[in-house]
Amino acid sequence: MKQLPPEFYPLMEQLQAVDFVLVELTLYLDTHPEDLEAIKQFNHYAKERKKLKKAVESIYGPLQQFGNSYSGYPWNWNDSPWPWQI
Amino acid sequence: MWIYEKKLQYPVRVSTCNPMLAKFLIEQYGGADGELAAALRYLNQRYSIPDKVIGLLTDIGTEEFAHLEMIATMIYKLTKDATPEMMKAAGLGDHYAVHDNALFYHNASGVPWTASYIQAKGDPIADLYEDIAAEEKARATYQWIINLSDDPDLNDGLRYLREREIIHSQRFREAVEILKEERDKKIFF
Amino acid sequence: MFTLYKTYCPYVSPFDPCKPIGEKVFSTPPNLYMGFQPPNLPQFSPEEALRAGTLWKAFYDPYFNPYEQGKGARSE
Repeated sequence: MKQLPPEFYPLMEQLQAVDFVLVELTLYLDTHPEDLEAIKQFNHYAKERKKLKKAVESIYGPLQQFGNSYSGYPWNWNDSPWPWQI
Repeated sequence: MWIYEKKLQYPVRVSTCNPMLAKFLIEQYGGADGELAAALRYLNQRYSIPDKVIGLLTDIGTEEFAHLEMIATMIYKLTKDATPEMMKAAGLGDHYAVHDNALFYHNASGVPWTASYIQAKGDPIADLYEDIAAEEKARATYQWIINLSDDPDLNDGLRYLREREIIHSQRFREAVEILKEERDKKIFF
Repeated sequence: MFTLYKTYCPYVSPFDPCKPIGEKVFSTPPNLYMGFQPPNLPQFSPEEALRAGTLWKAFYDPYFNPYEQGKGARSE
């Protein structure tokens, strides 16, 4: 059974934190479409998440599929553990 | 379409194997004001609401599926290695007889999820007021479950979910304000 | 003093079988007072925001089990 290295957990939490800011800003911008500062902040964190996604995937494997992440060999999308098992 | 992400929205932790808490939590999985009902309510209403608030319903509906997965994770962890004896002692004997340790979309009393939990009146104000009420009811349910639970890690995750209900309610209230606005509206006399 | 929790006292009858709880508490969260959110409200850092469940400090309203407080309830 694959166990995740200890450094995975803080890294995943960093991604969760940045993604959370993006969720919050998304809902905010849905009702405040003209807030330029919030849009700048949104785009900043969208860039930040790209870096973190890459770092998490180097340990954990693909975070998304249907082509939104690259695959290793063999096909590693189905590798455990899944989020609820972690 | 939707893309699944192999990651929880929040790092869920549970400190003890406690199927009794799972029995209470299933209310937020398959209950009237639970996360499944919320997701389906918003994603269904968005087809008949002014364009200005479609994005909001889509995004909150999508976030609700992330919360559904968090609740599922809590239930999964609370019951994962529980024996039939433990399930029975927790009041989950009848659940176990039908489902073993499987999750199912029912409420804390075992009543299966039904579409009559959600409404789509087609009237934007009526629908948004329903959504606001649903968020406040879900917030209250999280309070009652926190009151029943003595698991500090579980309560940490439940506090997070309760806070999300507050934000969603805020955004739905803003959506009502947007639709009330006269600015871009044609008025015929 | 402003608080996000309000109380009321349910009527007590001399014939009530359970010991009266005295005060009943209910939540009145910040979204009830905000109106349309103004721009540039103070924010949490991303790590704090994730833990708080909101990016904006003005919405932060943690709920603790009133029966559990003081014995292991974590302060946020």
